[in-house]
Amino acid sequence: MSESAPTREVARRVFADEFNDATFTFKESDDERAPLYSLLPTGEKANRVFLVGTLTETEDVGEDSEYWRGRVVDPTGTFFVYAGQYQPEAANALRELDTPAYVAIVGKPRAYETEDGTVNVSVRPESITEVDTATRDRWVVETAERTIERVETFDEEGNEYARRAEEEYDHPLRRYTQAAIDALESLDEADDGSEDVRDESVPESL
Amino acid sequence: MSDIQQTAEQLHDQFSEHLDVDVEEIEERLERYVDEYKIPLDEARRSVESHYLDEAGIERDELGRGGNPTVQAADVDAPDEWVDITAKVVDLWDPRSDSVAQVGLLGDESGTIKFTKWAASDLDELDEGKVYHLGNVVTDEYQGRYSVKLNRTTTINEVDEDIEVGDDETTVEGALVDIQSGSGLIKRCPEEDCTRVLQNGRCSEHGEVEGEFDLRIKGVLDDGTDVHEIILNEEATTDLTGVTLEEAKQQAMDALDTTVVADEMRETLLGKYYRVSGPTLGRYVLANDIEELNDPVDGESVLIKARSM
Repeated sequence: MSESAPTREVARRVFADEFNDATFTFKESDDERAPLYSLLPTGEKANRVFLVGTLTETEDVGEDSEYWRGRVVDPTGTFFVYAGQYQPEAANALRELDTPAYVAIVGKPRAYETEDGTVNVSVRPESITEVDTATRDRWVVETAERTIERVETFDEEGNEYARRAEEEYDHPLRRYTQAAIDALESLDEADDGSEDVRDESVPESL
Repeated sequence: MSDIQQTAEQLHDQFSEHLDVDVEEIEERLERYVDEYKIPLDEARRSVESHYLDEAGIERDELGRGGNPTVQAADVDAPDEWVDITAKVVDLWDPRSDSVAQVGLLGDESGTIKFTKWAASDLDELDEGKVYHLGNVVTDEYQGRYSVKLNRTTTINEVDEDIEVGDDETTVEGALVDIQSGSGLIKRCPEEDCTRVLQNGRCSEHGEVEGEFDLRIKGVLDDGTDVHEIILNEEATTDLTGVTLEEAKQQAMDALDTTVVADEMRETLLGKYYRVSGPTLGRYVLANDIEELNDPVDGESVLIKARSM
């Protein structure tokens, strides 16, 4: 069924490790208000992301006005989240939340180039809410699933954003599959509650 | 597929509602005319058709034109298509115009669809609760909703069976990534049959009115692949948040601000995973049922897949 209303962008699921590699951003039209996409190395465009992780640190790094930075850690790395006066609810959440806490964040990917030429990737949050372990675990599984789906379809003919990722990046895809595996394995460890005596069974496929 | 096979299939479709006959039998009959008696295929077709009309005890004009696809109510997704449908008359409404003989809702296992029967078509009356095979109806679309129109060439045959009518219920899952404006404590226009949501105390139809409070959530569920817009009415909203309309009014009164209600909802609901079921209306799923997905997840199957890559 065709809808005339513009469709809302899907919030992509991406682990911090891959997100921070997504340094290339682009627009799909010349319109000033056209959405800005970040190009995920596994071959997808992201105008919005949904992430769940542990908020480990918050700091007001603003000079004239409040500008909050949060570090949100997932099993593969750290997301940097910045919220200022134009994201009042999110800034408020970063100000109020005690660390550590599991948080769910909906936000836009942002990339900026520093003076020495490196590109830093961060999240500009639309919302930040505190969630529980079950939600965190669900996100990890879901994000692993979406990640390997992207890797699986990477070589498919007509996968426009995969071709673009090949042009723009030089990251081996295997890394992101491995990050997904590591993330899922970290759940098992946490669930057992006893990492030391964990059964170190080697999967047959290895 | 040979011409004979194709003709046999068409005849089979035509008679499927009337006779229990398989395609092979029809094909054999056609072959005998064509191969043994050297009769042209269209003539053979006519003879075979006559044979089965006799057997079924029906007249030629009671038969569908043949070749129309038989559709399910929920599968209609394009206008101006000629289709056949077997469905139950679920509901009859009062026609608003003299040009309409009957209007109402047809239903089958897949769901329901509106139908219109024109007065000019001069067709038999449909009874509520009965099941009919309708041959040769035309699909139509208005504002994203589909219907079928009966016409002069439509065949109506009552079918002696009951159909369990399915609802257009759908179930969607995902993280609640947004609670949109127009959520929380809202005011609706009190004019009869209006119920529009007021903007700054004004109804877009009736101007400034004394609104009636209501509670709802317009949200977005996102599973990383698709987005689904959902609407929770007062009951579903209270179920989910534990906040009743009266409590929401109290919250708003204490804060001298109605927006606190939606703000509070955002704080407690966003970023969590939900499963929502209910009928679809346009692009919305009307949430009859909503539950949080907070049981432990099993990543094992994903892990096995990832390791095998």
